[in-house]
Amino acid sequence: MGLELPLNDFLDVLCPMHVRLDPTGHIIHAGPTLRKLRADEQLVGRRFLEVVELLRPRRASTMAELLMLKGIKLHFQMRGAPRTALKGVMVPHGRGAIINLSFGIGVIEAVRDYALTSADFAATDLTVEMLYLVEAKSAAMEASRKLNLRLQGAKIAAEEQAFTDTLTGLKNRRAMDHVLARLLEAGQEFALMHLDLDFFKAVNDTLGHAAGDHVLQRVARVMVEETRDEDTVARVGGDEFVLIFNRQTDHSKLDEIARRIIDRLEKPIPFEGQVCRISASIGVVLSLDHEHPTAESLVGDADVALYASKRAGRACHTFYTPDLRDAPLATQPPERIAAR
Amino acid sequence: MHGLINRAIQCFVRDTYSNEVWLDVTRRAGLEFSSFEPMLSYEAELTDQVLAAIADVLNKTREELLEDVGTYLVSHPNVEALRRLLRFGGVDFVDFLHSMDELPDRAKLAVDDLDLPAMEMREHSQERFSLTCFNSPDGYGHAMMGILRAMADDYGALVFLEHRGSGDGREIVEITLVENAFAEGRHFDLGARTG
Repeated sequence: MGLELPLNDFLDVLCPMHVRLDPTGHIIHAGPTLRKLRADEQLVGRRFLEVVELLRPRRASTMAELLMLKGIKLHFQMRGAPRTALKGVMVPHGRGAIINLSFGIGVIEAVRDYALTSADFAATDLTVEMLYLVEAKSAAMEASRKLNLRLQGAKIAAEEQAFTDTLTGLKNRRAMDHVLARLLEAGQEFALMHLDLDFFKAVNDTLGHAAGDHVLQRVARVMVEETRDEDTVARVGGDEFVLIFNRQTDHSKLDEIARRIIDRLEKPIPFEGQVCRISASIGVVLSLDHEHPTAESLVGDADVALYASKRAGRACHTFYTPDLRDAPLATQPPERIAAR
Repeated sequence: MHGLINRAIQCFVRDTYSNEVWLDVTRRAGLEFSSFEPMLSYEAELTDQVLAAIADVLNKTREELLEDVGTYLVSHPNVEALRRLLRFGGVDFVDFLHSMDELPDRAKLAVDDLDLPAMEMREHSQERFSLTCFNSPDGYGHAMMGILRAMADDYGALVFLEHRGSGDGREIVEITLVENAFAEGRHFDLGARTG
């Protein structure tokens, strides 16, 4: 028995969470950190399996059962609150046993629950390093998260200031306003087409937004191909586009361009085994139509011409003339959408 | 230079002086932005320009300035997280001193592209230590001196520090420990929730 005291002292330093059991499974000695877990209770003299419950690899209620689990990883849970989970390993010692315990993954909670300090862990234990790492990583993660938020904000701001429509790669309304203002200021002659897709909503509604997006990209490509580099093609709304033709005010030429665009847009567009069918209505206005053209008046006139095309049964284009403004709404034909 | 270091310098100016002073610094240093991103990387010259501008505005030498930054990093409530991370290094000040060697590795563990200069702590006697910083930016030893002074205070230790000049890319800080447990020190709760 003379060897017992030094052994306890060794174990207290090397394994501050160990417990020594006698042959009947009663606690002879508990390490200083383990004692902290039940500071108000006397552990020595109690049956170990009444202090903790063995959950895995299998339940054990007697010392004999426990002694069969030599050298393997054991999962315990403290009885009574807090029900801290513990990992352990048991080695028989004499006719009793020594079990070394640790917190495992629940260590952060345990450190809080029992107000543990560095001194409660063996000098070789990496728990304090792990706690350091958890805190350091959360701080770094928080910094990254803030950076992401700022970048997200910057991205939104940049998009608001951008001149490009992200879906189609065409110019956007801001860019169109800009181009229009510049041409008017320079006194440059040009033609402006307002194009509105027909039956696009039906594509979106029946085949979904992915199909709609695909159609818009196809439409954009057609318009870019049918215009020159010096012209401007802008997406100004969901399915609305404005085309500005620099120094191009020839009726027959514009007539031909508008027809060609509509013809090409009417070609069925395959999408994932389905076919999307759309068309387009166009209103055309020339900067020459006004003595003092403004962006508002030109866009307004193109709009009037566009609705004349819609009234005329869609899939066509109309040049603006002032008498279009007098057209009675009653002459509007029934929607052709159902017929298609 | 890592954004975290630039950001630390920026926070020092903002928290100790004011945002106006910081904006003045950015103008003088010719920065094209008003705030460093802690998780991005910057040219090393930029840090030197900023330090020169701060020294200019505050009428301090680079050495005094860096020592103040070091002190700030441990003692200001806005950077409590860093003080906690340093306190994980040891249970008392002497224990902490012995963890200084691994500071660059600890920093790397947290942010893997953060490269701090190598350091070596030597114990000459129970009261005398020296910290050598290798291949460090000019004045790094002064920043370490600020950190050591504030950490001594944090642990409640009484120390005397002396910067032993620099030469061939190394700076030495001599530490004389008058008393390891001089005062109560600030509390450190291992499992405290932060952030």
